[in-house]
Amino acid sequence: MDGGLAPLAAARVGRGASVSLVDLEKRFEGVGAVRGISLEVASGEFLTLLGPSGSGKTTTLMMIAGFETPSGGDIAIDRQSVVGVPPHRRNIGMVFQNYALFPHLTVAENIAFPLKQRGVDRATRAARVVEALQLVRLPGYEARYPRQLSGGQQQRVALARAIVFQPRLLLMDEPLGALDKQLRESLQLEMRRLHADLGITFVYVTHDQEEALTMSDRIAVVNEGRIAQLGRPEELYDRPCDRFVASFLGESNFLTGTVRGMEAGVVVADCAGAVLRAVAPQGLAVGSAVTLSTRPERMRFDGVSGAAEGNRLRTTVTEAVFAGERCRYLLRAEDGTMLVLKEPSSATTRRRAVGEVAEITWPVADTVVV
Amino acid sequence: MKNRPPLLLLTSLVLLFLALPIVLIVTVSFSSAVYLTFPPPAFGLRWYRAYLGSADWLASTWLSLAVAAATVALATILGTLAALGLTRLPRAVRTAAAALILSPLIVPGIVVAIGIYYAFSRWGLIGSPVGLVLAHTCLAVPFVVTSVSASLANFDRRLEQAARSLGATPWGAFRQVTLPLIRPGVLVGALFAFITSFDELIVALFLSGSGAVTLPRRMWDDLRFAIDPTIAAVSTLTIVFTALLLGGAHVLRQRTAR
Repeated sequence: MDGGLAPLAAARVGRGASVSLVDLEKRFEGVGAVRGISLEVASGEFLTLLGPSGSGKTTTLMMIAGFETPSGGDIAIDRQSVVGVPPHRRNIGMVFQNYALFPHLTVAENIAFPLKQRGVDRATRAARVVEALQLVRLPGYEARYPRQLSGGQQQRVALARAIVFQPRLLLMDEPLGALDKQLRESLQLEMRRLHADLGITFVYVTHDQEEALTMSDRIAVVNEGRIAQLGRPEELYDRPCDRFVASFLGESNFLTGTVRGMEAGVVVADCAGAVLRAVAPQGLAVGSAVTLSTRPERMRFDGVSGAAEGNRLRTTVTEAVFAGERCRYLLRAEDGTMLVLKEPSSATTRRRAVGEVAEITWPVADTVVV
Repeated sequence: MKNRPPLLLLTSLVLLFLALPIVLIVTVSFSSAVYLTFPPPAFGLRWYRAYLGSADWLASTWLSLAVAAATVALATILGTLAALGLTRLPRAVRTAAAALILSPLIVPGIVVAIGIYYAFSRWGLIGSPVGLVLAHTCLAVPFVVTSVSASLANFDRRLEQAARSLGATPWGAFRQVTLPLIRPGVLVGALFAFITSFDELIVALFLSGSGAVTLPRRMWDDLRFAIDPTIAAVSTLTIVFTALLLGGAHVLRQRTAR
């Protein structure tokens, strides 16, 4: 941790607030936007609500903030229900998608705003503004107006304003959505650093899976008003529970077939003209339909170094794209199923030509039932 | 480029046509003659002296200013609240509510005046400044609503949410964030409310009675019973005053656009 950080970071209460959502629901004119979300966010956790637009992730965040009233269920912060508590008494920091800086106030006045509401005296306010600006690495910008700042700088000011009053919970609604890729990546790291420095709970909303994977302790994938899957980024990536999660979080190959039998936690199935195996947490009935899922970068051409035994499939190359760090191949299995294979590029690997017949292999452990 | 001279000519003619009444009145106001004649035989300030020396004219001036000031206060508060309220209504209700609020602009003034007259006569509000203020407020509110709504259209509701999340009460968020950002719209609305009331004749004809004769009403009476150039002097002063107010509104708008 940065030892030179001023009291704002040093004064960290050690832990942030815990948040519990219990069967949370929100209907707009009868239509369910959030349809029974239950979630425990641990104190000090960085939790991301990840989902496509219209999935209900922002509505959930707005309910935690107090801007939407739940149609059903409960929200508790530190075990205390906050349903009915107006937003200004929840003491939650919030960063909005387009920053929502007050255009008529200077950077210093913006950051001092929450302190002023809390009756903090002028001298203390000024000192805390300086600290907060240091924390977001924007010292000396006190007198500027928001319109004189770049998008990234505005976002830092918005962050400073949301943490200057030392909330124990910080909510963020797609805060990096309007920034370009490079800036986004550097701010992602900065958010992680801030999270570590402050020790408070972060609830982050995004539709960007890479952002979610990079920053979060845990991710809740939200779809159609429900949590599709909740877990650590690696868990979600390696063991997606359904087709939606497998395709929304990263890229996946799907192979459909019928169950032939079970072998100690592994399902054996007839898929794409071959016998394939996949990790299956529960038993599946022989003869039932099944979809297997594998990540494109876990597949290898047979005979290439690093190719693992396990599943094996005969395919024809239909498209080959060199994309710098990797080559991306589009393959057709014998039954017509289309697959994507990503191979790390190197000067020594032989590039496959379109029309070439190629055997591919991948580990059973990297194959899941979805 | 070829069209330029005819266009210039046409524009000049239109401008002249628009300015002619004002030029005539201002000229006559400095006349030395006893009657309204044009061109005046000689110039002087006698009619301005007549105006300033007349207790009736001055009383009407003060009454008009007072009624306009009260109208501004009432219409600006009500109109701003109405504009804010409209943004929070569901779309269907909002359209209906907006139409209702703006109806004094659409309904002919004489119809409004007759309606107000019948209602107010029952409540003893004829010949009372209070009645005039209430009636003028009805007429002025649409201007405030229109102007504040235009400001609100550019106002991001999330700023209010941000203020709330940072610990501001609903009133605190309005006072510290919403109001400063829509202030130009509110001020322009207030100016138009002032002018609406200060210039208003038709309602005043019905409501003034003998107890509350506003400036436009006294001018009207004066024209009908005793045509003398005092009215030209009063008109000139009114024009100058109104022009100053509109100039102020213009400066405000410019500052918003910045």
